Amino acid sequence: MVAYLIRRAIMLVATLLVSSFVVFAGLWAAPGNPLATLSGGRSLPPEAVAVLVERYRLDDPFFVQYANWVANAVRGDLGMSITLRQDVSDLIASRAGTTLSLIVYAALIVLVVGVAFGLLAALRPGFFDSMVVVGTAMVVAVPPFVAAIVLIGVFAVTLRWLPALGNGTGFWDGIRHLTLPAFALAASATAAVARVTRTSVREQMGREHVQTAVSRGIPYATVVRRHALRNAAVPIATLAGMTVASMIALSAVVERAFGLNGLGAYLVTSALSKDFSVVQGIALVLVTAFVLVNTLVDVGAAMLDPRIKLGGRS
Amino acid sequence: MSGILEISRLTVTLPTPDRPKPVLSDVSLSIAEGQAVGLVGESGSGKSMTARSIVRLLPPGARVEGAIRYQGTDVGGLRGAALRELRAGVPMIFQDPRAHINPVRTIGDFLTEALRIRGRVGRRQAEQRAVRVLGEVGIADGGRRLRQYPHELSGGLLQRVMIAATLLAEPKLLLADEPTTALDVTTQAEVMAVLDELRRERGLAMLFITHDLELAAAVCDRTAVMYAGRVMEVRASAALHDDPLHPYTAALTAARPSLERRADRLATIPGRPLSAFEAPDGCVFCERCPHVREGCRTRRPELRPMSDGEVACLRAEELQAASHG
Repeated sequence: MVAYLIRRAIMLVATLLVSSFVVFAGLWAAPGNPLATLSGGRSLPPEAVAVLVERYRLDDPFFVQYANWVANAVRGDLGMSITLRQDVSDLIASRAGTTLSLIVYAALIVLVVGVAFGLLAALRPGFFDSMVVVGTAMVVAVPPFVAAIVLIGVFAVTLRWLPALGNGTGFWDGIRHLTLPAFALAASATAAVARVTRTSVREQMGREHVQTAVSRGIPYATVVRRHALRNAAVPIATLAGMTVASMIALSAVVERAFGLNGLGAYLVTSALSKDFSVVQGIALVLVTAFVLVNTLVDVGAAMLDPRIKLGGRS
Repeated sequence: MSGILEISRLTVTLPTPDRPKPVLSDVSLSIAEGQAVGLVGESGSGKSMTARSIVRLLPPGARVEGAIRYQGTDVGGLRGAALRELRAGVPMIFQDPRAHINPVRTIGDFLTEALRIRGRVGRRQAEQRAVRVLGEVGIADGGRRLRQYPHELSGGLLQRVMIAATLLAEPKLLLADEPTTALDVTTQAEVMAVLDELRRERGLAMLFITHDLELAAAVCDRTAVMYAGRVMEVRASAALHDDPLHPYTAALTAARPSLERRADRLATIPGRPLSAFEAPDGCVFCERCPHVREGCRTRRPELRPMSDGEVACLRAEELQAASHG
């Protein structure tokens, strides 16, 4: 287990190096010039340009710039925002909470609602099951931005139950403001998890080992929990983990749609205003989170199913 | 004889998309305290269904007629907790332990689950009992085994674990559904020896399902032969083996290869085994029987007492007289 975790950590670092390079090189190759942003479109006198190039080290060779950036990033210094003249790390930190809460909230919805609907559908063939099958088939095809528009239209505009815009103040108001975005983000993933739960629980209920448990006089609810759901947990957790990882990227869309001041929305704004260090910083944070979640999913699957070997020779 | 288990005229019908199909018809069988009864027959003859009916492990929608009495209680009327009580008290050893033991839980979980959930025994105590019973089935390092997962054990070991699990329930009657069929030949003998010895030590009654007439004769006091969902003959095992009354049993014993006589071809029964739902109106075996008479095709023979057992054949006396004459 320890050896496996060390191996995963090395892989994590390698992935981050590669992806940081891609992020850095991508922006380097992108059209546009940070000087234009700095000057706000005006033409600058050569001395001013020289000062700016000096301050932001704009004429260093590409690899030197990259090496400096990585070395600073490791120390937590992601540089300065060109537009706001603030520390990128601070700018990210002040917005990360919103994104993190949004994703955790959405992940809870995916797990609780998805597993509950899937489990009920698996155990109650008939009307409810058919409703879940049809409903999830529709919802699974709804991308977050469509879900966002529908939810705003129904719950914010027509019913006026929940706010459509902004972060809110305080814990409960924050939760209220995050509810619609979290459901928009979670909708399609919840439907997918419900479908997988339904299929795998039903498959497990037909398995011989479940029959053994029944034949030993174990109560039905315990059989479902300890055998069917427990054994179905591997595919459910894998899918849920993958969808949570994908939410990291999708949160940008949802945050924009609901006017949330989170990392994703900020990434879009900075990319539009060519605020290079911010884009690089956020991309790096998101990639790290993505890779971490995937690692957690792999480790979790191996813990849920002892037959999954933890990689390598053993 | 009032046994621990009395099955009388059990008929089970399963629903299928086109029409309900019978899988058992008029099965009567009794097991006395401490007695081992073998249930022999071809695949699809209804052996497993009979065992499953006893603890009501039938597919959903199955219709059951007739009565099964376990220690005097009609099993058919049991619901909820009482049914679970019955199931816990009449454990079943399944054919394939690899499929019948949850692969993601430890051996310890499997062994102690029923004790801890049903018997409300604490973890430590349940594990101590599990280790003791593992010792009895010939697994010495029980403490280590409890921490292992099923995929880390061989098939033979796993079947011993299954036997240990049934013993932990402290049953009076054991259902064994081809417990050695999925194992390789050398382990079969070992597992069978363990099962037989523990059963005799504890005076357990057992319903032992097998394809193997000889194995049934070796471990069972009485043997019942099933064909197409019906019992053809029930006799003391040795008598059934050496001096079969029913033409079907006779054909089965004749089909066994023997070490004593040389045979270029093994004897077979012409035709193919029938399922209960495709059985003809008369005797279910009439189409394959070498001694068939006109009466066999129109009248279905009932299981009736004869010599030291029961037989369902119209011509049993005639044939016995002929073979002994």
